[in-house]
Amino acid sequence: MDSFIPLFVVVPLGGAFLTALVGSFVKGWGRYFTSILLAFLAGFSGWLMFSMPGPIVYSVGGWELFEKVPIGIHMVVDGLTVYLLIIINLIGFLSAFYSIAYIKKFTAENNYYTLFFLMVAGMNGVVISGDLFNIYVFLEIAAIASYALVAFGIEKEELEASFKYQVLGGASSLFILLSIGFLYWKTSTLNIADVSRIILRGGKDEIVIFAQVILLAGFGLKAAMIPFHAWLPDAHSSAPSPISSMLSGVLIKAIGAYVIIRLFFNMFEITYKVSLVITVIGTLSMVVGVLLAIGQWDIKRLLAYHSISQMGYVVLGVGIGMLVISQGGKTSVASLAIAGGLFHLFNHAVFKGLLFLNAGAVEYRTGTRNMKKLGGLAPHMPVTASTSLFASMSISGIPPFNGFFSKLIIIIAAVQARYLVLSILAVFVSIITLASFLKVQRFTFFNKSSDEWVEKGVREVPFPMCFSMIFLAVLCVVLSLLIVPSVRELILTPAVDVLIKAGSYSAAVLGY
Amino acid sequence: MIVYILTIFLFLVGLYGVLSKRNLIKIVIGLAIMEYSVNLFLILVGYVRGGTAPIIDADRQGELFVDPLPQAMVLTAIVIGLATTALLLAIAIRIYKKYGTFDIREIKNLKG
Repeated sequence: MDSFIPLFVVVPLGGAFLTALVGSFVKGWGRYFTSILLAFLAGFSGWLMFSMPGPIVYSVGGWELFEKVPIGIHMVVDGLTVYLLIIINLIGFLSAFYSIAYIKKFTAENNYYTLFFLMVAGMNGVVISGDLFNIYVFLEIAAIASYALVAFGIEKEELEASFKYQVLGGASSLFILLSIGFLYWKTSTLNIADVSRIILRGGKDEIVIFAQVILLAGFGLKAAMIPFHAWLPDAHSSAPSPISSMLSGVLIKAIGAYVIIRLFFNMFEITYKVSLVITVIGTLSMVVGVLLAIGQWDIKRLLAYHSISQMGYVVLGVGIGMLVISQGGKTSVASLAIAGGLFHLFNHAVFKGLLFLNAGAVEYRTGTRNMKKLGGLAPHMPVTASTSLFASMSISGIPPFNGFFSKLIIIIAAVQARYLVLSILAVFVSIITLASFLKVQRFTFFNKSSDEWVEKGVREVPFPMCFSMIFLAVLCVVLSLLIVPSVRELILTPAVDVLIKAGSYSAAVLGY
Repeated sequence: MIVYILTIFLFLVGLYGVLSKRNLIKIVIGLAIMEYSVNLFLILVGYVRGGTAPIIDADRQGELFVDPLPQAMVLTAIVIGLATTALLLAIAIRIYKKYGTFDIREIKNLKG
């Protein structure tokens, strides 16, 4: 099983190469090829989750440990990694399938699918890499592909958004590289497990603290946490809709939040100060994001601001877990908070992916995203309207949809950890989210007699788009099952255990 | 020690360029300066005083070598930097064709 791990990087990279090469001779090659390969990867990661005996460590090129010192590059797949892999490849597959119909209006279809593959390869690479510098390399692959994809429409807005995204993204990558340099200076190794052992042995150190600060700034920019969020609404709303759903649904998690979670739990020692900073950043993103969202009239811009707010929930859940651990509180409370955060991460990928696909479907038929010009679409686009209702209820936390349960877990954990203010803020933000999605539903799908749309010939979108939207809407309901203990044991608990037992990661890689 | 401080200073010079310049090309140059300073820093991290090129040979046993790993990292980082800069400049040229200016004060269709 070990030797299959590099497939997660090799398959999409090879796919990108073949799409660029074969696609220029065979018309429509990329369209089906992308969906098939990503469906395979999604199925493979699902199979891996259920059949994995424990953490899998793969040494690239056969460079095993030398006297317990890692000299090669390692790829590590454990509970958290496989959880992220499922999210990336599943949402990737659905976005690619949606693109079959959506992207026909663009001329350079092959380039689109090539970049799509590269982005997936980069994200898979970041998630399975067990090495700081490889995280940086894969992160840049994913980021550069996403810069190009944001500018794919090459109109005024797209170019401006892409430039802004590139400048901030480039600066954040350099911060990350600088901090990797500092960590290498301190520890003379790049392997995450080895760095962790050396840092823990060395005790408190100014260089490590400085590296932590730059690292948090760099990955905070990638994850669009609140002081660093300026690029996200522009970039996510300007990209083609399936790409928006990939960016908001997956990219900010895989190359932002995941790396923060992984490094601050499994590499650094969890200190009170760092956990406080992470919690405050999460809370700020949660509150400010939703307040910025409510006044928007462009559907995709509104959704983009909600991404900031919902990522705030994820970081808040994880941050509360860190705070509890750092103060020596109950492990059960910490694991509940972290489980809530990770559960919300999956849920957000599903419902935000779906909402962006809905916005894309509306734009595909009506040609506008401005809610003031829309209205009364529900009778003409029944699938889009009903799936969008599912997603809206899910994001605003209405039972029995998945968003309700993850928010509930985070709030319960906040109460149990005695952070009452945070739990009240979480409820408050959830209510404002509900209000803002009522606005979306009302001004897009209801509220207006709809003769205008009949004249313009607005009807339901083609099958591939419908399929992806229905699939995600079903997932919105099915994922609520993760609250059932036996299902949770199977999927969420391995991911949470990796973070709670912080030393287990190093032990798995180094073998001692 | 002064060399390390100078590389960090160079990093800040680049950051200042990115933050305060109003011309797209100057922003790209600022980013490039930041990138060079990080590369220099990585090379310095691997430097050993009096060390030579890390080539292991039968008659060079026991010599002092510089650390080759940061050099490999810098080579990779330079390639990545090339891709980033090329894409940035390509987009900047496209923006110039659409807006007719490099001034960021006039490129502000997106806000709010």
